[in-house]
Amino acid sequence: MAIAINGTDYSLPDDPRVSLLDLLRERIGLTGTKLGCNQGACGACTVILDGERVLSCLTLAVQADGRAVTTIEGLSKQGDMHPLQRAFIEHDGLQCGYCTPGQICSAVAMLGEMRRGDPSYVTADLVAGLGSTTREEIRERMSGNLCRCGAHHGIVEAIEEQLVGDAA
Amino acid sequence: MSKLQNAIVGGVRTAMGYVPSSWLPGGTRDPLIDKRVTLGTQQSRVDGPDKVQGVARFAAEVRMDGLVYAACVHSTIARGKITELDLAAAEAAPGVVLVMTHRNAPKLALPPPIGMTNLKAAGNNILPIMQDADIRWNGQTVALVLAETQEQANHAASLIVVRYEQAAARTRFEDAKADATTPDSLMIERNRLKRGDTDAAFRNAAGSVDAVYRTPWHNHNPIEPNAATIAWQGDRLIVHDATQMLNGTAGSLAKVFGIKDTQVFVSSPFVGGAFGGKALWDHQILGAAASKLAGRPVRIALSRASMHRLIGGRSQTEQRVALAADATGKLKALLHQGFSVKPPHSVCDEAFTLSGRSLYESESYDIVQHTLDLDLLANTFMRAPGEAVGTFAIESAMDELAHDLGIDPIALRLRNIGDTDPVSGAPHSQSDLRLAYELGAKKFGWDRRAATPKSRQDGEWLIGMGCATGSFPYVRMPGMSARITIDSNGHATVSSAAHEMGMGTATVQRQHAADRLGLPLDYVTVRIGDTDLPFGSFAGGSSQTASLGAAINAASAKLAGDLLRLAGNDTPLAGLRANEIEFANHGLRKIDEPSRYESFASILERASRSEISAMGESGAPLEILKFSMHSRSAIFCELRVSEVTGEVRVTRLVGAFDCGRILNPKTATSQFRGGMIMGLGMALTEETLLDKRNGRIMSASMTDYHVPVHLDVPEIDVLWTDIPDPRTPMGARGIGEIGIAGVAAAIANAVFNATGKRIRDLPLTPDKLLSD
Repeated sequence: MAIAINGTDYSLPDDPRVSLLDLLRERIGLTGTKLGCNQGACGACTVILDGERVLSCLTLAVQADGRAVTTIEGLSKQGDMHPLQRAFIEHDGLQCGYCTPGQICSAVAMLGEMRRGDPSYVTADLVAGLGSTTREEIRERMSGNLCRCGAHHGIVEAIEEQLVGDAA
Repeated sequence: MSKLQNAIVGGVRTAMGYVPSSWLPGGTRDPLIDKRVTLGTQQSRVDGPDKVQGVARFAAEVRMDGLVYAACVHSTIARGKITELDLAAAEAAPGVVLVMTHRNAPKLALPPPIGMTNLKAAGNNILPIMQDADIRWNGQTVALVLAETQEQANHAASLIVVRYEQAAARTRFEDAKADATTPDSLMIERNRLKRGDTDAAFRNAAGSVDAVYRTPWHNHNPIEPNAATIAWQGDRLIVHDATQMLNGTAGSLAKVFGIKDTQVFVSSPFVGGAFGGKALWDHQILGAAASKLAGRPVRIALSRASMHRLIGGRSQTEQRVALAADATGKLKALLHQGFSVKPPHSVCDEAFTLSGRSLYESESYDIVQHTLDLDLLANTFMRAPGEAVGTFAIESAMDELAHDLGIDPIALRLRNIGDTDPVSGAPHSQSDLRLAYELGAKKFGWDRRAATPKSRQDGEWLIGMGCATGSFPYVRMPGMSARITIDSNGHATVSSAAHEMGMGTATVQRQHAADRLGLPLDYVTVRIGDTDLPFGSFAGGSSQTASLGAAINAASAKLAGDLLRLAGNDTPLAGLRANEIEFANHGLRKIDEPSRYESFASILERASRSEISAMGESGAPLEILKFSMHSRSAIFCELRVSEVTGEVRVTRLVGAFDCGRILNPKTATSQFRGGMIMGLGMALTEETLLDKRNGRIMSASMTDYHVPVHLDVPEIDVLWTDIPDPRTPMGARGIGEIGIAGVAAAIANAVFNATGKRIRDLPLTPDKLLSD
């Protein structure tokens, strides 16, 4: 009975009501994952669970039993920032910084979805694939991550740079 | 008070008319306007690495031993008395440490209200907090539960049963209009402005408009909830808060608990968005009171629903604008009148009538606004209070007038902007709205707009273009102070109890201090965010950059004199006076003889000193009483409206800003766009829904209060005139709020251009576009 968080095993909380978010923030002290609305509306608490993005406020900690969680703290390797973290700084994809960890975790997993060709609401032709409408695709796929400061352009540009980097 | 205030401000303004500009702050042009090194260059945020790695520490993330968690129980009626409190089940629930109600809460004084004269006041909701059984709004905290975990606190709060004796509550805007009151002043301006014969102007007008515009209650909804982690250490109160008013919060909590300012420490190094919503509200006071009772540190992190119940928003407004013009578009009459909500326990006038009269010259004016007293949570300041909603009304009306006269909307505006302040006649410190329109129109392609509404279509989509002016006054706060310390390596540390809510405070002031002190960027550190640092005025009114800029400038002047004295006689600087030297290349030098130079490190070493410090303060902002100081914008919008669903999709926004010098194009672009995106939300989706029968907020979540998401945000081009304001530090005016002003009007005007339908009631939701 354990959850692997950023490569380290943690035991499950005694109280089954504890969300994955509260486990991270209040029990373990990994406060990089943010609480914004606590009801799945803002995306600030997004973490990566077995490679897929999830809202940790709507995920009970016990649901993550035996699974691997990556949080914002797990994206930097030995103090080296993830390329997307560097891109967020370069493109000013942040202001107050509160939605930022959720945006980045969401984007890392979302890039995986795009790479494997998952369609979205704005994908024009499901057979032809994602085509060249990249920016619109990113916007649609990131719409679950709210930003109130209005750093949307920098966020989308940072993610787009990663996609272009992938293709090159 | 405000009649007296009118008299005082009027008297000072008159006196200022006779005072030479050179005697006033800003009388001497800031040399940094012409001598910039890092200012004006793109700089990434210094706190970017902390923010993107999740290590920037926010208020609800401070660890403390023995911490307990708070949950609020809110009243479900708007007016009346608590008759029964059944707490037994909650008190017996697992993990519960304390249930606090009016029966056991400690005695608490009223928080001092935010005001123009008391920089140590941050109170927003000036009512007794848990001192009696009275209920004054629907959502008031009637009980606070502390428990070992948040889950336990939330559960126990759900077990509390409260019964009330209801009294008649005033919760309807319409009903309160009969009892409206008329304040004497709004901010530092007189409320009522009656000049010339408006009736005659309308009788003789070639074109006119007379319409009523409505804007709803808005909530800030920063992504970080209002939160505080609080502890008492003996008689010292420690508050890790999310606040844009550090010293105001400390001073207010001291008053509430009857202790000295110096006994309260407030820390807030990072604030996860504020927009006016992060000052002192009931929760910090309740948290500190409960912590005192329980003898345990408390974390009170409001749920999104509790935020809507306890943190006020922007007042609803109803605004009548009537304009009359001659055939050339010259304004003959400008009427702007209406209502907003301001209960007596609120501190904020939603001053929506100030934009129009500062923008447009008219032969006659009839301007006044009234406030309504309702049994609601206090309204408060939200990004561009007054201007955000005021420009919606006045700039929609200007568009209507342009259509009525058959004049291009930009030409109509430029026909009426004044060379001096339209009302007082005061000279502008700097103003070039004309250039902003020129730059914006070119970038946007305004010449491609079809003047006739509903003349462009693409399938189901009707396409339209619109524009509007935005405006926001310049504010510099007195009292903001800063300390500059230079160490033996020549490294400077600038410290001040200033705030970072996403504006890039440390980033931009590091550029400022580097240029001011003749240092490269990596020789400057900026420390902000707690009350152990020199006194900070609030981060509001887009004032912080100018206020802190003035403080750093004053500190640097003091530092130069102190260094000169410390250098003594055995230096190339010997015998020079402070006005003969300047900072350059890690030291001081004679202005007209650069070879007479000594470095900071050398001066300190010879004096056997490890460091030298100097303090400076932003003085009284007398310049704003002599000059008309406003930032302006020209906002352009292209959008499409579905004939089938009534949905509005904005495809393009352009904002051209006249805000003095831009200090960091990278962070400035983000701030302008951020304001415009909030304007997009205001235009299309944002509305706090009130159950008018009982004053209950129905949209107390982010699923019901709709802010723009990525897919709603179009391409936004931002440009600026970059003309320095010679009366301000660094030639800059604040840019935090101007971005939102004018956006809703530009969008509504584009909707009219697309559809021929004039919607005067925000937000522009599909139902309004589908109905005839």
